[in-house]
Amino acid sequence: MLEDSVEELRGLPSGELARARSKVRVLVISGLGLNCEVETATAFQMVGADAEMVHLLDLLDGRSGYRLADYRIVTLVGGFAFGDHLGAGFVFANRIRWRLYDQLVELIERGGLALGICNGFQTMARLGMVPGFDGDYRTPRATLAPNDRLGYWDSWVRLKADPDSPCVWTRGIDSIDLPTRHGEGKLLTESPEVLKRLEQGHQVAVRYVDEEGEPTQEWPANPNGSPGAVAGICDPTGRLFGLMPHPDAYLYPFQHPQWSRRRYEGDIPGEGAGLAIFRNGVDAVAASR
Amino acid sequence: MIHRIEIAIRKGLPDPRGKHVAARVRDFLDIPVTAVRTRDVYHLEADLTDEEVARIVIEFTDPVLNVGAAGRVDDGPFDCSITVAFKPGVADPIGKSARVAIQDTLGRALGDEAAVYSSVMYLLDGVDQAEAERIAFELLANPVIQTASVVSFEEWRGAEPDLSVPKVVGGKTPEVVNVDLTGPDDELLKISRDGMLALSLQEMQTIRDHFIGAAEKEPRRAQSGLGSDPTDVELECLAQTWSEHCKHKIFNATIDYREEDGPVETVQSIFKTYIRGATEGVDSQVVEQGDPSWLVSVFHDNAGVVTFDDEVHLVYKVETHNSPSALDPYGGAITGIVGVNRDPFGTGRGADLLSNVWGYCFASPFYEGELPKGLLHPKRIRDGVHLGVIDGGNQSGIPYGRGWEIFDNRYLGKPLVFCGTVGSLPVTIDDKPGEEKYPRPGDAVIMVGGRIGADGIHGATFSSAALDESSPAQAVQIGDPITQKMMFDFLLEARQLGLYSAITDNGAGGLSSSVGEMAQTPGGARIDLEKAPLKYAGLAPWEIFLSEAQERMTLAVPHDRVEAFLDLAARREVEACVLGEFTDDGFLQVTFGDETVALLEMDFLHEGAPDLELLAHWVPPSFQEPPARPTDLNGTLLDLLARLNLCSNEKKARHYDHEVKALSVIKPWVGVHADVPAEATVSLARHGSLRGFVLSEGINPFISDLDTWAMASTVLDEAVRRQLCAGARLDRIAALDNFCWPDPVRSETTPDGEYKLAQLVRACRGLHEVCLAYGVPLISGKDSMKNESTMGGVKISVPPTLLLSAIGQIDDVREALTLDPKQAGDVVYILGETGPHTGASEYFRYLGESEGLRPDLGQPAPYLGSNPPMVDTAKTVPLYAALHGAIQAGLVRSAATPNKGGLAVTLARCALAADLGLEIDLDNCPGIAGLEDDVALFSESNGRFVVTLAADQAEDFERHIEGTAWSRTGVVTDEPRLVIRRDGQTLVDSDLDSLRARFKEGLEHA
Repeated sequence: MLEDSVEELRGLPSGELARARSKVRVLVISGLGLNCEVETATAFQMVGADAEMVHLLDLLDGRSGYRLADYRIVTLVGGFAFGDHLGAGFVFANRIRWRLYDQLVELIERGGLALGICNGFQTMARLGMVPGFDGDYRTPRATLAPNDRLGYWDSWVRLKADPDSPCVWTRGIDSIDLPTRHGEGKLLTESPEVLKRLEQGHQVAVRYVDEEGEPTQEWPANPNGSPGAVAGICDPTGRLFGLMPHPDAYLYPFQHPQWSRRRYEGDIPGEGAGLAIFRNGVDAVAASR
Repeated sequence: MIHRIEIAIRKGLPDPRGKHVAARVRDFLDIPVTAVRTRDVYHLEADLTDEEVARIVIEFTDPVLNVGAAGRVDDGPFDCSITVAFKPGVADPIGKSARVAIQDTLGRALGDEAAVYSSVMYLLDGVDQAEAERIAFELLANPVIQTASVVSFEEWRGAEPDLSVPKVVGGKTPEVVNVDLTGPDDELLKISRDGMLALSLQEMQTIRDHFIGAAEKEPRRAQSGLGSDPTDVELECLAQTWSEHCKHKIFNATIDYREEDGPVETVQSIFKTYIRGATEGVDSQVVEQGDPSWLVSVFHDNAGVVTFDDEVHLVYKVETHNSPSALDPYGGAITGIVGVNRDPFGTGRGADLLSNVWGYCFASPFYEGELPKGLLHPKRIRDGVHLGVIDGGNQSGIPYGRGWEIFDNRYLGKPLVFCGTVGSLPVTIDDKPGEEKYPRPGDAVIMVGGRIGADGIHGATFSSAALDESSPAQAVQIGDPITQKMMFDFLLEARQLGLYSAITDNGAGGLSSSVGEMAQTPGGARIDLEKAPLKYAGLAPWEIFLSEAQERMTLAVPHDRVEAFLDLAARREVEACVLGEFTDDGFLQVTFGDETVALLEMDFLHEGAPDLELLAHWVPPSFQEPPARPTDLNGTLLDLLARLNLCSNEKKARHYDHEVKALSVIKPWVGVHADVPAEATVSLARHGSLRGFVLSEGINPFISDLDTWAMASTVLDEAVRRQLCAGARLDRIAALDNFCWPDPVRSETTPDGEYKLAQLVRACRGLHEVCLAYGVPLISGKDSMKNESTMGGVKISVPPTLLLSAIGQIDDVREALTLDPKQAGDVVYILGETGPHTGASEYFRYLGESEGLRPDLGQPAPYLGSNPPMVDTAKTVPLYAALHGAIQAGLVRSAATPNKGGLAVTLARCALAADLGLEIDLDNCPGIAGLEDDVALFSESNGRFVVTLAADQAEDFERHIEGTAWSRTGVVTDEPRLVIRRDGQTLVDSDLDSLRARFKEGLEHA
């Protein structure tokens, strides 16, 4: 079991653990209007991985020498690729599909991991990386539609992770506060059956919850009206994960909006809670070596 | 061949864009539309096979969300459709992205002659043709930049799909015209006016004199084929270089200033005397104390630069984009934000962008009075401006640090749209100081980014004139953040590789300004305008030279790096083009192909403008006190909280990203519910360091009606107090001054120009005084001097407005403070003296309005009283030092600063943020003894704070603040109520729910 081997990995002496993590090569794709590449790469570096930002055009351009196969984790970051004109993530996904996707699917099929945050999640859905039923990573069955309340909205939300989800990225996380910042985050599926199958397969790895911790359709706790309070989904293997909220924007304990109050209650975490997600991904790779 | 593609929302799925429009139609135009559906329309002007078009349709259609079709999507009946498209030549970023998607899908490039145009179609139910026309032109389309066509269902069904496209039909051959300046004075003025040159008679005469016999005096002129008349390229270049916008003629004028009947004092340049004077004064104080100067680059570059840490300097610039935003709120505002991004980016050899700020002065969105023809309703302006800056900032991936709005109906004529950007400049780039530019003779002049069109021609001269009916639509540009983002990403790589020696932005004046300014260092430049990439053919050389088409930077690239530079640009799909080279021959020479179209001496271009001599006369104004004052002070506080200038604008503000880059620490909204605006925000400057920068500002144009001296000292004091409340160091606060004034030059149309200029002088003096006392240098600024409109015979001038933007530093962000009290049982202190400063206060203006008094259009509010807040630096300086000491000692848990609305409003905000009660007893509050109750609550005295701390640290705290004016005034409680007592009487007693409801109500339905 992967879970056990991650436990085992984390039980290693710190030097060995750091070494194992530092061998995990993470590709953070940048350019063309994306804008969260620095904090995302920083997050992976903070949890000990070897993360590298590469411009998409350098990946497409044979002469730059980058190959997807050299990486174990591919990250699609947040931003406004091509201004989200024609639809969120649309033009960017289009370019990947025609010029890079065979390599990416090959990486996935060889056990690689992928994380998509916000615009990256939109791109993953557009490409069909998620839901990824039955190993089909090429058929888009879900999309991130405009929020019920029109327009971009920036606020912190609480997510609850499904403990039974195969998602390797959310292991051990019960709930987590993160900022959302998007105008198109309402997960719509091709048919009601697709959503049902996602839920039954525990592919809905994270949901928006209210103050009681229950999944909610109420704004602003659910910022976009996503049915089933879906905030993020994974593929059936749990290795590919896309979510709307930004773990990359909670890297330090003092970034939580309540931090300045909680410090007087002795209630400050040792690190930004978003890092747990990145560490899970890195450790899943490190443990599988 | 033109192909049309429509993408609609699938039946049964919601269309939030349509729903939003429907709500606005009902709300704003009072038309009971029953439903609105929308579709995106693309016109592809390209040679495509049917099979290719079909593939494109599939690619453009989200299978879950959309239905798409070539031609049209057939979809049930509607009453009317409205199609909104861009006018020819207007930037169409969506069309541009669609073109990329088409090329990727087809796997081939479309030719240069191909074009893709985007438009939006609205299908409306429940409206007739006339109503649809209103919706089209009063809500959806801005005729300055867009066309709208209204078609009924029957017409639509009966006709073929519309294949018309907004193609620019040029065809005119680029021509250069020589301008004859030898005529009489009225002829000269006519040339200036008709050509939108905004040059005065004296300036026209100076140019005329310079060119007399030019061909004989200057042999190079004759050799280049030029005569003794200036070409239109030369005249336009001079006009823009000498414009108020670029040259700051008023700030550099010689001013004879007089107070009432007093003696005349002559001031040689208020800029040099007071603005730069303050900065140099502060810098000498620092150096005299034996500390190193922390000013890195001030006033001469595109933004101010100060020391931050070993790796980076802080860069900050705030700009205004007022006139364009009045004409096209969305386009003007998005250009404002992406335009100011280029300032730090074009400072030194290029800064990384960290944070944006925005702030707007509008007329009330609920304005119901007369609206002079030609002006847009302030609600429409507000919505458009917000959306423009939201899109510009979010799409650029830059979080906002500060955002505010001020309302006064004198901003009806011209809204003020302030946008700013903080950057971090590497201390060292390519082994040389990052703040330096070193363009050398022989370096290539390279333009990078977007193409040149007719957009924004005359922006600099246009913004140097008041708005009237003839204001040109072409002066509006529309920013395209994605083109700029791709350019910035590329340039940061080029910076890293050391591929260029200088960089500056193309803003006002376009190439004429960027090349003209950069050429000052090497001593000349020669460029060929025919090499500049154009959006469409048919631009005259002067138009290419002056175009303010957006998203362009100009660089100097050493010749041995040109190839590498161009190669990297091509790999990043960014357009870059060599226009010429820098020289040292003292001339700016511009050619179009082989023909020389301008040959200007650098000296004359930059130093030739004649100085202005102006008169200023100060006569203190007088206003009445309100005759009646309320007894229900609790009710008054609730009313004040709901007022436009005090209430929450969170509903707009949260559409702006404030988290991207993951550097934000104290966010714009704080408190338990994150719904109270922070006194100041705190951010990291980079990952891996705990040092932070602190942003705050002060603005209070209302006080200008009484005295701009008081106004200017108040805004600086407010900005500094806010810094202190966040925990900023007192010795590292720098500030930017943005003056937005009504025309202060006496003329036929401005008979009160001498008074307005006196207001400007006094503002500068007040600022100078407090800057020196506080040790705050002014590191950059901007003045905008024609903020009024004359429409339909009505002149409306803005109140003299000074935005003071402060940037401070904090050594460890974990020590940052917020305004919300933290725990029940904590004690509350009020520091600083409360005085009778109700003049021009929110409270007095409220009293006038609650009597139903509405000032005439363009006039200040009634009942301003006579007592504006002043700054007594002898008291504030020691108080601030003492409080800072207490904060550094970790004794203070929350700090807030009373300003507009006074103590009562600040206490309410603190309680709301904490979601805890406050029990306050004002009896011992400093200065309050002789004041009436309402004055005690709502006076806007400067120099005050409300702080809270743990009860067991009170003794320590009091030791720190000994000798200053302070009182221990109350406690934080568990009961969610704000209670303020005095002399045993309860002045305010309100539960937090009521306070919160009023605080959120003011702009809820705007």
